[in-house]
Amino acid sequence: MKTYEQINDRIESGKAVVLTADEIIDYVDKKGLAAAAKEVDVVTTATFGPMCSSGCFLNFGHSKPKIRMSEAWIEDVLVYTGIAAVDVYLGATQLRHGDPANMYHPGEFRYGGGHVIEDLVAGRKLQLFALSYGTDCYPLREIRTYFTINDLNQAIMVNPRNCYQNYNVGINFSDRPIYTYMGTLEPERKNANYCSAGQLSPLLNDPYYDVIGVGTKVWMAGAQGHVYAEGTQHAGACERTPGGIPKGGAGTLALTCDMKKMRPEFVRGVTFRGYGVSLALGIGVPIPILNEDVLKRTCVRDRDILAPVVDYSHDYPQNNGKVICCVSYEQLRSGRIDVEGKEVAVGSLSSYYKALQIANLLADEIRRGDFRLAEPIAPLPKDKKMKPLVTRKKPS
Amino acid sequence: MSETVTKKLMLFFPRCECEKPIIYHLVKDYNLVVNVYRAKVTPEEEGYLVLDVTGVEEDIEQALAFVKTFNVSINYSGKGVTRDENSCTHCGHCVTHCPTGALRIDDKMTREVIYSEADCIECMACIGVCPFDALASAF
Repeated sequence: MKTYEQINDRIESGKAVVLTADEIIDYVDKKGLAAAAKEVDVVTTATFGPMCSSGCFLNFGHSKPKIRMSEAWIEDVLVYTGIAAVDVYLGATQLRHGDPANMYHPGEFRYGGGHVIEDLVAGRKLQLFALSYGTDCYPLREIRTYFTINDLNQAIMVNPRNCYQNYNVGINFSDRPIYTYMGTLEPERKNANYCSAGQLSPLLNDPYYDVIGVGTKVWMAGAQGHVYAEGTQHAGACERTPGGIPKGGAGTLALTCDMKKMRPEFVRGVTFRGYGVSLALGIGVPIPILNEDVLKRTCVRDRDILAPVVDYSHDYPQNNGKVICCVSYEQLRSGRIDVEGKEVAVGSLSSYYKALQIANLLADEIRRGDFRLAEPIAPLPKDKKMKPLVTRKKPS
Repeated sequence: MSETVTKKLMLFFPRCECEKPIIYHLVKDYNLVVNVYRAKVTPEEEGYLVLDVTGVEEDIEQALAFVKTFNVSINYSGKGVTRDENSCTHCGHCVTHCPTGALRIDDKMTREVIYSEADCIECMACIGVCPFDALASAF
């Protein structure tokens, strides 16, 4: 048994034993659970993939004379201005003004909110254009200027949903190619795509949210951020394997951090042909090894994690809940899965390569004493279910 | 008989050379086997051609000397499709769209996506599907 305080003391003195969720599996096999639980202080988990529910609050400071922005665009990407005068919210999936979207199908979607966020973090100069109706206290009606992230008072990433615990494998049973947020899916089950770091993924290493909670400190593209709430669509009450691993989406995290401290190589705009734009983000979550149970959960292997294969040409859009079959991440990583008797080539949208880098970077920061852990102030709910949107007639 | 070798080349044709039957002479005069991957050479415009040439070394050398007598520039790396290493995140989305395995994962531990230009047939299937815009065509 260890406490957060004891672990943080060891981190501070540079003596913490830290392993990645990848390394811990063989380590526990070799040392045994009890001995390893005494020795190891932290296991690092990570993920790098598209996270559509991402965005940021920006504060521009006041111009002379002042403006109360009522509509604004950064690099022609619309931002939300229904808050204070020079605060805006920039969302990852917002398209650039004039983007033809899917008018010429499949649309290219070359630039949008996610790319603006990438450009901001990379320190590039961006154009702000804003309009206002003008008031006595904010007389300016229009402004066009150029800025970098350093010119802003605050750039705070606030992501309502990141780190999906598990996710669908997208496949296409129809006779035409389809263009989805799970990538391009060729007809007649020619390919399938998954999107998870599997055994390295944060919430798969803490399936019942025993240690990750509101207040947990996380690594967000190099910045030290934290979990500020359960993520949107968080639904822990779902079907699980005998080992407790959700067999579908399940838990999510709402995350925030100071964008000025992020590293550009882990913040990347995403383009999905025929679908839209998004943001790919690198996130690392440290798991404090408080006891043997916590350690045991971090030893989860790709072969024990099952993902549902879902037909994105019919069952997903129709929201009928149908799952074709379940496959393990070990099978997915082999590059081939069997779907109803047909061998299907498998691709991925989540970068395991980057996730591994992140898990190692976070482990190094903790070993150096640069990243202390934070004890959660509230747990994530375990019993929530996902509700659908019901289309109702106007009440009479 | 000297051994035959194969070289992948990318040729750039400026506007003034677009109407000349240069490749014909590679076959006829220098005994080369040509295998064109991709070409866009139209009259009154500049153009590109990516091809393999197979033949004995001396013939290839002389053929290239012949090509150089025109205003055609030769790129010996033959890269018509390039990958920006800084943009690639190694997500692996391209892998199932690549028909020849030029884009593939060899190391199952790191899951790095490698791009083997020698195996690329320039079908360009990867370019539109890359979520990070890491793959591009020279023309």
